[in-house]
Amino acid sequence: MKICVCVKHVPDTAATIKLAGDTAFDDADVKFISNPYDEFGIEEAVSIVEKEGGEVVIVTIGKEAATSTIRSAMAMGAHRAIHVKTDGQFLDSTLTARALKAVMEEDGLPDLIFTGKGSVDTESFQTQYRLAKSLGLPIVNEVSTLTLEGQKAIAQREIGGGEKQVLELGLPCVIGATKGLNEPRYPKFPDIMKAKKKEIKEMALSELGINEADAKVTMEKMEAVPERSGAKMIEGSVDDQVTELVRILKEEEKVI
Amino acid sequence: MANTAILIETENSVVKETSLGVMTAAAGETIYALLLDEDAGAVKEKLAEYGAANIVTVKAGDDLSKNPDLQAEALVAAVKEYGCQTLLGTASSTGKDLFARVAAIKDVPLVSDCVAVNVADKTAKKSHFSGKTFATLKINDDFLLCTVRPNSVEPVAAAAAGEVIEFNADVADPGLVKIVEVKKDTGKKLDLTEAPVIVTGGRAIKAAENYSMLEACADKLGAAVGASRAAVDAGYAPHTMQVGQTGKTVSPKLYIACGVSGAVQHFAGMKTSKVIVAINEDKDAPIFAKCDYGIIGDIFDVVPALTEKL
Ligand SMILES: Cc1cc2nc3c(=O)[nH]c(=O)nc-3n(C[C@H](O)[C@H](O)[C@H](O)COP(=O)(O)OP(=O)(O)OC[C@H]3O[C@@H](n4cnc5c(N)ncnc54)[C@H](O)[C@@H]3O)c2cc1C
Ligand SMILES: Nc1ncnc2c1ncn2[C@@H]1O[C@H](COP(=O)(O)O)[C@@H](O)[C@H]1O
Repeated sequence: MKICVCVKHVPDTAATIKLAGDTAFDDADVKFISNPYDEFGIEEAVSIVEKEGGEVVIVTIGKEAATSTIRSAMAMGAHRAIHVKTDGQFLDSTLTARALKAVMEEDGLPDLIFTGKGSVDTESFQTQYRLAKSLGLPIVNEVSTLTLEGQKAIAQREIGGGEKQVLELGLPCVIGATKGLNEPRYPKFPDIMKAKKKEIKEMALSELGINEADAKVTMEKMEAVPERSGAKMIEGSVDDQVTELVRILKEEEKVI
Repeated sequence: MANTAILIETENSVVKETSLGVMTAAAGETIYALLLDEDAGAVKEKLAEYGAANIVTVKAGDDLSKNPDLQAEALVAAVKEYGCQTLLGTASSTGKDLFARVAAIKDVPLVSDCVAVNVADKTAKKSHFSGKTFATLKINDDFLLCTVRPNSVEPVAAAAAGEVIEFNADVADPGLVKIVEVKKDTGKKLDLTEAPVIVTGGRAIKAAENYSMLEACADKLGAAVGASRAAVDAGYAPHTMQVGQTGKTVSPKLYIACGVSGAVQHFAGMKTSKVIVAINEDKDAPIFAKCDYGIIGDIFDVVPALTEKL
């Protein structure tokens, strides 16, 4: 079985995002990691191939520096990778999906494609749907349990309020992974060393006939979410405190 | 005044508050309120009161509810039928999924989980980097497709005609994905991501059964109950209740954090809440530096007293 996993190179969620100008951030000192949700996809792909044989191919559209993310995916057990290089800090989902599709068609269509449920930097929640549609494949996103039965996949997704949907779809298909699917492994030192020797095929976005300037969504402004400056502390006995809190919430804030 | 479609979500034949907010986001446009496979009867008046010029019941055969692709095709057909250049909905789990399918079918841009939308300018504002920044995005296309984060637009009544129409979408089932089962939890709980008020318990809750204290408070507030990761990891609450970077992103009008220290990963999931209240026994707890109102005290004293007062 051939499995492709789409892995995005994103700033660590604990990193501070320092703005640089109106539409960019200073990424020089920021630690980048694989998009956390994509790691569930890598883990699932690797464990399927460990059982059934085959290969896991990582596909990343991103800056030169994304090599570090690709190597970490390889240390988890992926066999090889394709890296499509971009220049800009942000690439819209339409163009990203187009690049992912082009790469997979050229490399030979996989039996299964994993993505994350969404990326934690742009929080776009759509690339996987565009990829699936353009390849004519079924997709289920936010999958927390997956069972494969021959050419059929059974996926479970949470839909809020404690409800879960169980969906059936045929292979090949696209699965957007989320927490619950598995526990991504921590690569051991020998795996990290081995990963350094694995093949990464590199190409430029322009070689796929895609131009970053054709984006249908462009950033007009980026701003910090205002931080609160510190709480107004409510003093007194417990009774005084809750009385005052209820008054504030009702009369001043009008939220209850 | 352009024709603008809004996908309406209902629960037990009542329009969700979040959908009314989405209609308000399109105030000033000619609103087509779309109901998927549902009769307008029970919700007609409410939709008219909040600005629906037209209320469209969209049908497409018997399998609509079991097939997300068919639902998306039906939405696309309805939008075309009424010449709408904008489609907005709620960024709920079903809304996000459906709109991404619509975006892929129409091959138009989508901005998911917006905190503000400007229909006339075709711009939308949304969170980036787990709530650390807001990006204002320009949509370079004739069609505007966005989901709006629950509770980010306060519903405002704006009476309109509320003409009821039935639309039978002539769409074929792509036959790709089928919902074979919906598993419900014991008793339908309020969805965290859509709740207007959330009461969250952190590690300080100490035992799963102590969540009943928070539930009593939440019941009085019409709130949902959340948990920190420390509480989930300790086995006090299921992961479905977790708020934060690896849990749910929520944006209620009021967030009450009980015995939560205020880690960045927790804030990543709730910092765009309108009002944040923290109850913590430690006066130096980091959360007090990042919230609106603070009470220093033992949650096992303060929460029951608060419930009593509500
Ligand atoms: C990659 C990653 C992802 C993460 N994702 C998440 C996430 O999604 N969500 C999340 O919440 N965390 C997440 N975390 C964990 C986060 O860093 C914190 O460890 C966690 O939020 C702490 O939970 P807590 O505040 O309940 O517990 P603690 O930090 O232990 O705080 C408990 C607080 O309760 C107070 N307290 C104790 N007893 C009482 C009492 N009786 N009355 C009043 N106050 C009392 C204490 O003073 C303390 O401030 C993540 C961490 C990492 C590294
Ligand atoms: N630049 C990229 N390279 C590889 N995969 C990506 C890229 N952008 C998005 N994806 C995949 O698509 C998923 C959804 O991303 P998004 O639509 O940005 O939220 C991610 O979890 C990734 O698996």
